[in-house]
Amino acid sequence: MGGYGGGAGHAHSTAMVELPARAAILDAIDAAGRKRRRSFRVQFALVWLTILAVIGWIYWSTGNIDLEFIAEWGPFILQGAPITVVVAATSIVLAVVLAIVGALGRLSEHPIPFAVASFYVSLVRGTPLLIQILFVYLALPQVGIILNPMLGGILALGFNYGAYMTEIFRAGIQAVPRGQGEAAKALGMPEKLVFRRIIAPQALRVVTPAIGNEFIVMIKDSALISVVAVQELLWRAQTAGQRNFATLQTFLIAALVYWALTIIFSYFQERLERRMAKVDR
Amino acid sequence: MTRQELPDLGARPAPAASGYDKDSTLPTHVGEPIVKVEALHKYFGENHVLRGIDLEVRQREAVMVIGRSGSGKTTLLRCINFLEEPTEGWVEVDEVRLQADPLRARSRQHQEQIRQIRLRAGMLFQEFNLFPHMSVLDNCIEAPVRVTRLSRDEAVARAEGYLDKVGLSDKRDEYPSRLSGGQKQRVAIARALCMEPKVLLFDEPTSALDPELIGEVLLVMEDLAHEGTTMIVVTHEMHFAEEAADRVVFMEDGVIVEQGPPEQLLRDPRHEETIHFLRRFIDR
Repeated sequence: MGGYGGGAGHAHSTAMVELPARAAILDAIDAAGRKRRRSFRVQFALVWLTILAVIGWIYWSTGNIDLEFIAEWGPFILQGAPITVVVAATSIVLAVVLAIVGALGRLSEHPIPFAVASFYVSLVRGTPLLIQILFVYLALPQVGIILNPMLGGILALGFNYGAYMTEIFRAGIQAVPRGQGEAAKALGMPEKLVFRRIIAPQALRVVTPAIGNEFIVMIKDSALISVVAVQELLWRAQTAGQRNFATLQTFLIAALVYWALTIIFSYFQERLERRMAKVDR
Repeated sequence: MTRQELPDLGARPAPAASGYDKDSTLPTHVGEPIVKVEALHKYFGENHVLRGIDLEVRQREAVMVIGRSGSGKTTLLRCINFLEEPTEGWVEVDEVRLQADPLRARSRQHQEQIRQIRLRAGMLFQEFNLFPHMSVLDNCIEAPVRVTRLSRDEAVARAEGYLDKVGLSDKRDEYPSRLSGGQKQRVAIARALCMEPKVLLFDEPTSALDPELIGEVLLVMEDLAHEGTTMIVVTHEMHFAEEAADRVVFMEDGVIVEQGPPEQLLRDPRHEETIHFLRRFIDR
């Protein structure tokens, strides 16, 4: 190997000999890095597969898996998945709208919107989601409002998540540097325009990953609206299970579907997060 | 610029309002007063930050404000366009005259008056404050289009002109995150110019810059000064002040201690505080 030991006397020639040697070293470093990452991924997959295999084998050995039953009722349960996703997606849209309004209230200098928003956040965060769902289902008909269960469920979920996300949005708005608003005001922009054109778009960027996160949590929380007979995943698992005295199996199937859904959406969520990180500053 | 004797300013805080002796000749290029600050006070809680500031700036005049940090320079600038509501006193910019009204600062009428002042006084910040979610061009046309209702085409043409002036027309479609600090501040200057204000307020525009990037910003500012842009600059760049200022104002403890042409104030200050302050900057 030539190059590094070239000595002071050969300043010109060393520079020329050194180049290929250094390139080779850099290549070797690259290759080693690639290999390390590949081996990491392989081991990761192996660990997952092993754990799954062990759990599966234990379960199998108890004799509780009935493939015929799964083939018969699996599709019925699976049909709940799109309903779950639609419910979660609609609820999150409602929650975002409520959160924007709520955050503006929480940041308002006027006592009335501040008080209303604070009351909303406090009440919703201070009571169980399950009670809120039942309340919408049972209480609204008392005042003559009869919603179909799915709409009621979406309303309850959106209302609940809106309260949590109010605080996320408030923090997002406050995370926009003060100088942004000052610069916009210094250009003569009226306050509403400052918020709409300068603050809100930047705040939205801050909270977008959090919205994705809430959506994933919502997919699982939406199982709660099975109690008001919305025919989503868990309701279907329960119904199929009770009819055939196999609730353990059907719940397991439902759990696996929820897990798969969250893995899929987490993947998109992570990609989104990385994209957002790249765009900014 | 003719070297003139300044009037005896006496004990502070009572410097002549304009900084120019009534009988003496003004620098030939300066015009009528366009910014007037009268008896301005600002308290932050108990803290008396501005203690009666009187200042007049004339058209086409470049005024540099120097002084220690904490002397009130930045607060003065921020009170001129009401980013801070003064506690007491008057501000006038291009015939929009507004009295400090801290008790009704949020009222619609007061806010509208403030907006009228801000339309006439552009501001540059230490931290640039470009809008990161907009391209350079969109930064420049946002306010002209949305606030002054300029057509998009006109606004773009104007923005291109000013971007060219600060030497960044090739960056019009870049996002601020891709620019160096010096480039950001130059875009911010173009953005402010796009509103065609009567006066530019610079709040330590080079303090957040790496040393090698300061020059390009100062060069742009010097050009502006020589072209007769009215400006008030809070700065620590003494050589720049000497080069580009028509008048230098020295502040300490919330009052204007002394003001005068740069060659006089920087080279031959009268007041003890000024001498003491300048000793750190200029080796003579």
